[in-house]
Amino acid sequence: MANELIPATLKGFAVTFREIFKKPITQQYPEVKRPVYPRFRGRHQLHLHANGLEKCVGCSLCAAACPADCIRVVADENTPDNRVSAGERYARIYEINLSRCIFCGYCELACPFDAITLGNEYEISEYSRDDLIYTKDMLLGRPVKKIPVADPSIYDTPVPYYKTHS
Amino acid sequence: MDPWWIDAIKGFLIINIVLVCFAYTTWLERKLLSRMQGRFGPNRAGPFGLLQPIADLVKLVRKEAFTPMSASAKLYIAAPVLSTFTALLAFAVIPFGAGWHIWKWDVSGVVVDAPISLVLIFALGSLGVYGFIIGGWASDSKYSTLGAMRTCAQLVSYEVSLALAVLGVVIQAGTLNLSEIVHQQGTQFWFFGPQFVGLVVFFLAGTAETSRPPFDLPEGDTEIVAGYHTEYSGMRWGLFQMSEYVHMITLSALGVTLFFGGWHGPWAPLGPLWFFLKLLVVVFIFIWMRASLPRLRYDQLMRFGWKILLPVATLNAFVTALVVVAVN
Repeated sequence: MANELIPATLKGFAVTFREIFKKPITQQYPEVKRPVYPRFRGRHQLHLHANGLEKCVGCSLCAAACPADCIRVVADENTPDNRVSAGERYARIYEINLSRCIFCGYCELACPFDAITLGNEYEISEYSRDDLIYTKDMLLGRPVKKIPVADPSIYDTPVPYYKTHS
Repeated sequence: MDPWWIDAIKGFLIINIVLVCFAYTTWLERKLLSRMQGRFGPNRAGPFGLLQPIADLVKLVRKEAFTPMSASAKLYIAAPVLSTFTALLAFAVIPFGAGWHIWKWDVSGVVVDAPISLVLIFALGSLGVYGFIIGGWASDSKYSTLGAMRTCAQLVSYEVSLALAVLGVVIQAGTLNLSEIVHQQGTQFWFFGPQFVGLVVFFLAGTAETSRPPFDLPEGDTEIVAGYHTEYSGMRWGLFQMSEYVHMITLSALGVTLFFGGWHGPWAPLGPLWFFLKLLVVVFIFIWMRASLPRLRYDQLMRFGWKILLPVATLNAFVTALVVVAVN
């Protein structure tokens, strides 16, 4: 045993010494960002119809589906002089508490109008918990940062319809 | 004999140089270790992460110095101070240069030129163990106590082999004075040749003595969180770390002094620069070992210390004594 112990140990030392001169494989995160997967579930996004009306009709199905109970919807009637959504009612208040959200994607599955999808944004840390409660205006706004997305054709799982068509 | 104020200036300079060395040993360790593991290591604070030790210091000083409710407060605070103090003190007897003639004073290349400097280093090292034991015990936590117990057992068992490994050099040089040992190596040969067995035993026992991997059982993080300093935070934890690294530097310096001719170089009389370069090589080997070897099991550690290192060291001292008697 002892006569193979020492050469084996020295071999280990040679390996670690050789590694010093190799280029590290670490990706320097804030400078280099890996593209996210096409089906990545990041920050939520509320969508509009082409004519500018909101897709969300305030049905609260997303809130019902949410396992973390982080979505709050308060619906109100559309009136002829205040038409917000395409349906009968609209979401007067639509809030997502992102400090509770687990990014499971059940809300986008539950939505009958594909009004809410999970986008690609993942740099959403804040210094205060209050800042993590996203209101309707924030969710309707487009993401500030451009997140690189990997080419979907290199993966064999299909990208869901609502990811691309809402 | 220098006037007292020259000693004071030398002591002040050396202690600060050792502390800077400690800070940049942590940087070097993190950098080398990460390169060996295919990572970058610290590279955010300053160029090549060179300001990382300063950033670490600022962080440690500003962190809360937490005291566990059931800890015995006085001992809890005294322990890191004691271990750092003894670790720093040991460097005083290491000769780092030939001595210089500055204006009208002769300045020797060592802070304290004690005739028993080698014994002093071992004595201080043993005193430093008290810091670890007291720290672990005063924390009143099971992991700290276990870590302190392990530290105590390991350090005591390896100190025997360490002292016996050095005995060969002492017999050959016929003195316990480090400056004298260095001086002898400058005039004849370096002791790593005739005392090669002693060097190997010294290095292995020294690794265990400074609880560096693969002998880092006192703080075996997978088993007992962090050993004796589990309950420490902030700069008190920093002091324990400092004592460990300074201990490693002192032991490397002792190895360089005893086996590799101290501040003598193979050519070019550069003095302290040679000493520093040799020190760097030894510290590099310590870090290299950390990257390459897995931690020993406790029974393996004890068996290795008592059944392999101790007999080899004893035999080495015995044979050296016989040869010295035969030659003279």
